[in-house]
Amino acid sequence: MKEVKISVNNFDLYYGEKQALKNISIEIPAKKVTAFIGPSGCGKSTFLRVLNRMNDLIDHVKIQGEVLIEGVNIYDKQIDVVNLRKRIGMVFQKSNLFPKTIYENLIYGLKINGIRDKKVLDETAEKTLKQAALWNEVYDRLHEPALSLSGGQQQRLCIARALAVEPEIVLMDEPASALDPLSTAKIEELIHELKTKYTIVIVTHNMQQAARVSDQTAFFYLGELIEYDKTSKIFTNPTKKQTEDYVTGRFG
Amino acid sequence: MEQLKQKHKDVQGIIFINLIRLLFLVLVIILLLLLGKIVVEGSGILSLEFVFDSPRNNMTKGGIGPAIFGTIAVTFIMILFAVPLGVFSAIYLNEYAKDTFFTRVIRTSINNLAGVPSIVFGLFGLGFFILFIGRNIDDVLETGLLFGQPALLWASATLAVLVLPIVIVSTLEALNSVPKTHRDASYGLGATKWQTIKHVVLPQARPGILTGTILAISRGAGETAPILFLGAAFFLPNLPVVDLCIGDYCIPMINPTEQFMYLAYHIFILATQSSNPTKTLPIQYGSTLVLIALTFLLNITAILFRYRFRKILGRL
Amino acid sequence: MIAEQSHITDIKTPDRSQESSFGKKIKKSIRIKERIIKYFFAVNGAMALVFIILIFVFLFKEGFKALEHIGFLDFIYLDQVQADGSVKRVYEWYPTSAEARYSLVPLILGTLLTAIPGTIISTIFGVAAGIYLSEVANPKLKEFLKPMIELFAGIPTVVLGFIMLAVGASFFNDLLNPVNRLNAFIASLGLSFVIIPIIASLTEDALHSIPNDLRMASYGLGATKWQTIRHVILPAAFSGVSASIILGFGRAIGETMIVLMASGNAANITANIFESVRTMTATIAAEMGEVSQGSDHYYALFFIGIVLFTITFFLNLIAEIVISKMRKKNTF
Repeated sequence: MKEVKISVNNFDLYYGEKQALKNISIEIPAKKVTAFIGPSGCGKSTFLRVLNRMNDLIDHVKIQGEVLIEGVNIYDKQIDVVNLRKRIGMVFQKSNLFPKTIYENLIYGLKINGIRDKKVLDETAEKTLKQAALWNEVYDRLHEPALSLSGGQQQRLCIARALAVEPEIVLMDEPASALDPLSTAKIEELIHELKTKYTIVIVTHNMQQAARVSDQTAFFYLGELIEYDKTSKIFTNPTKKQTEDYVTGRFG
Repeated sequence: MEQLKQKHKDVQGIIFINLIRLLFLVLVIILLLLLGKIVVEGSGILSLEFVFDSPRNNMTKGGIGPAIFGTIAVTFIMILFAVPLGVFSAIYLNEYAKDTFFTRVIRTSINNLAGVPSIVFGLFGLGFFILFIGRNIDDVLETGLLFGQPALLWASATLAVLVLPIVIVSTLEALNSVPKTHRDASYGLGATKWQTIKHVVLPQARPGILTGTILAISRGAGETAPILFLGAAFFLPNLPVVDLCIGDYCIPMINPTEQFMYLAYHIFILATQSSNPTKTLPIQYGSTLVLIALTFLLNITAILFRYRFRKILGRL
Repeated sequence: MIAEQSHITDIKTPDRSQESSFGKKIKKSIRIKERIIKYFFAVNGAMALVFIILIFVFLFKEGFKALEHIGFLDFIYLDQVQADGSVKRVYEWYPTSAEARYSLVPLILGTLLTAIPGTIISTIFGVAAGIYLSEVANPKLKEFLKPMIELFAGIPTVVLGFIMLAVGASFFNDLLNPVNRLNAFIASLGLSFVIIPIIASLTEDALHSIPNDLRMASYGLGATKWQTIRHVILPAAFSGVSASIILGFGRAIGETMIVLMASGNAANITANIFESVRTMTATIAAEMGEVSQGSDHYYALFFIGIVLFTITFFLNLIAEIVISKMRKKNTF
């Protein structure tokens, strides 16, 4: 039996006058990988940012509808967006490490939570680096600038940084789009391992990647959720014509 | 194939490009000549005594010590006013304020204020600080005519308003240059706004803010027009210093209610209004050399800071 | 359109009435420090705003009193009754004479007679320097020269005034034998030292912001460097270059120390660049120290301040609009 982690009901989002998300309803299962696919500008990244309220940071954004995480509406007035984001990690399209050392990047999330205990920080750093399969590559240069790492290593460090605050959900916004095939493979492998512990939502424009890493796939088009199903079903036997056109490469 | 071998001659191009080179060269030569003249004439008189001594013999002998002291005192107080106010308001404007028509009007006004003539700021300083604030303080404290007259404090305050747009604009620029993705990363990890500003934005923006501050100091130290009628004095026998005593223990402090000598003003007044401009000419050149050296030093520091700043950002 | 959900019907939806542990974790925190910091910054922002507003208010408050005390037409001319009873219309600035005359005409002419030649000279040298830096100089030299230009832009204007007074005036007195030793031409040369760096660096910015593809496209079609500059780069950067000239002109109008020291300060009505003139800025600078507060003369000087403020504010605004238009056009 699967458990629903995130459940979204009739969600609309407007940038000023322009409607970017139209009546989205979806249920995302816990400890699985759910992929959002669709052509660029279809709203998949916007919707990802709805899930940890990153859109709050943009002026002139209006929303309607509810997003329930474990039954709690995260857009409720009682909810603290800062605390919310601590529970939901996010990995961005391009690695966005701070111009600090590897170690400082890793413990940033802990430090802002007021954790100062060196032992705890060290242990978390090691643990998350191992989780992100990066420990063997960087253990001897933790105090070197993070930006001296290779592109793929940087992105895995971003994942490790997100894991350090022990979130329950990890959102990934095209995490491998700027990487070479070898680094991409490593990231995908990592995602596969992480889903035993975390609920993962990944946005990708790479359909092979969606097929490889995800359990569920949602297809977005022009701000609407066209089809949502098991990944195998979406790629082999989609119900909607638009989905079929997209996954077979006829447009997008 | 013959055509390719033939060298194409763009006569017009050769003329114009060399003309541009020539104009640039002429410019450089004139600047170097003038700078050279100041250095040659000014270095003759330059000595430790010149920098520290008071003027003597009706300004024809002695040094410019009080003028340098006044310049440092005025710019110091100016910085105390302008930098915290400028940096904090820029942080508010860039990090907290929503992007509305109102904030855009403010941004535009600040940009344009930086281009308003400095003499106009002098008028503002006289009308607002001296005649409005100063006179009212005098009335309330019944101090007679103490604050309601040209003085070091009001010159500093006026220069602070003058450089405020510079500080705000350069701080805004520095904050803006911190990539949005870094803020996203911080917010995504559950940082609050202030945590993000403190740990991510400010460390990266610091060299840029420092650059703006140094440029503001340099601008303030070189400015003459607004302080002409705000308390700059031709000659003062004493430094604008007062002993601040707590019990028997006294420390000398800048006295903000006194008039002051100012390096830039000193050059102006010696060159135009001293009884014998030719006799004071060496002192004029010496003062000019000191002022130029001071502003160059500040500006070079600012440029180096910015260079470092851009290098840090360039690595991202 | 709602997505098909037939294949995940075995999902168990958690009971919403029961508060989950997740709900507790994301409950509202009261962040007092966060709020205090925000208000602290807001107060600073408000104070800065107040100062900006005060500048407008005080300047205009004092300046508009001039219109009550003196009258608008008196700022243009005064009809003087002569000894023989005839009326002579005079355009003069004599605020301290028995019959005070407040015509701004000589001052505005003086300002234009220094600012316009200064801007023309600066445009020639400044645009040339901008093109040189952006298109002609090799990158290493440019790396060195750009900060140099900035350094020169930072020279205090009193230094330039002094140089024109001590060196420039004598040099041109021997060379050109002008009507007055200190004149509009000397002042405009001094102004050029201030404006050239402005025009040069903004022109360089404007040229530099043009995408390299455009240059490559032109070279690819077999154009020479000059043809590329002339037909591709300059037209594309036209608005940026114009904005730099407008800004330079605004700066020339507002500059005080150079004209105060080098223009001769006689309020002549003249079109001869080799005569002494008196600018608006120099008038304020020279007379403000001596007027008594509340006198007609005092308000008249504030009125000049308004005129200066308004002119430069609008010149800057125009330049800013031109530049922001250019930015929009150049971002593809």
